[in-house]
Amino acid sequence: MSKLSYFTNGLLKENPTFVIVLGTCPTLAVTTSAFNGIGMGLATTFVLTSSNLLISLLRNLIPDKVRIPSFIVIIATFVTIVDLVMKAFVPDLYQALGIFIPLIVVNCIIMGRAEAFAQKNTPVPAILDGLGMGVGFTVALTLLASIREILGNGSIFNIKLVSESASTILIFILAPGAFITYGYMVALVNIIKKKLSL
Amino acid sequence: MPKPESNLRNMFLALTLIAMLMSGALSFVYLKTKDLIARTDQVKREKAIREAIPPFDSLAVIKEPVSEGDTLTASLGFAEDTLTGIVVETYTTKGFSGLIKFVVGFTPDGRINNLTGFAHKETPGLGTKMSEPKFRNQFLGKNPETFKLKVKKDGGDVDAISAATITSRAVCDGISKAWVVFGKIRKGLQSHEVDSVSAATHTGEMTKQ
Repeated sequence: MSKLSYFTNGLLKENPTFVIVLGTCPTLAVTTSAFNGIGMGLATTFVLTSSNLLISLLRNLIPDKVRIPSFIVIIATFVTIVDLVMKAFVPDLYQALGIFIPLIVVNCIIMGRAEAFAQKNTPVPAILDGLGMGVGFTVALTLLASIREILGNGSIFNIKLVSESASTILIFILAPGAFITYGYMVALVNIIKKKLSL
Repeated sequence: MPKPESNLRNMFLALTLIAMLMSGALSFVYLKTKDLIARTDQVKREKAIREAIPPFDSLAVIKEPVSEGDTLTASLGFAEDTLTGIVVETYTTKGFSGLIKFVVGFTPDGRINNLTGFAHKETPGLGTKMSEPKFRNQFLGKNPETFKLKVKKDGGDVDAISAATITSRAVCDGISKAWVVFGKIRKGLQSHEVDSVSAATHTGEMTKQ
């Protein structure tokens, strides 16, 4: 089942957030609530899979010297499509993720996979890689965001777990907490990978 | 099949074709989502107006100039022929990231009733705090005649958002514009001998809720 490994690769072995460590900027910024984490992850997965597919299809038509501008135009268009579709169909989520949607364009995971994988592989592996990396990213974001939301806000997916007056560890909602959580998660994933001999 | 040679003709063709293909796809999605987005914006606008002033059952909409070539839309809320409040849809271009639009609701005595319907591209965690109670609440119930609409740093009464002075100044600018329009409307209503309802319908359209 080697085709499936293209997909599962992005989940743990080469998880974009915890192993390759790409796209850290939106990761740190968006993971203040589990809902935002999942929303951003799914939007990025759509862009990543679509751009991987299109770039793979066009890989033998794009001269090497203009590959970066070509990738950028393709990625930016898909992001704008996601932006419009979200604004039209899920305005509340769109309001929450506001400025981060356009930032998907510069998410290094998408450019990274376009350059390292999509332009060198056939469409089916490209789609699977996009999906795998996207799902891996989404799981990573949701995990990080859940930890930060529980510790820093006493809630998960906006469901309060503690009473209104309970004090929470506020730093986890702020930038330093993002780095702390991220760092510990990378360490944890390293241990897990070692134990599973990946 | 290997990649095409990176000569001028190939590079030109590849970039042009990709740009055309992607523009086509984008236009398609834009057309398909245009109406839905417009409807969502309309619902948001109506909600912002409704939350800006005390409850009303009919709305009279008029356009009032702030200054040369700058007109704002104002709505007068009536509950059974009594004026409950005046809503002004205002904006400012002085935001940190440009345009900030929001809605100011005044009660007839000139006090700010509510600030709603914020639309902007300010920095998350900084300028975005403008719509949060900590900053917003200081304006509610205040009359701009006595409450100076400038940040404390500029000699006014407004407590700016920490590390977001530019955004705070911009919001003051927007409210000041709304206040000018409110003053003009109030003067217009007072100078008419007939009651407020017909004065409003004289200048604009009436819509039943």
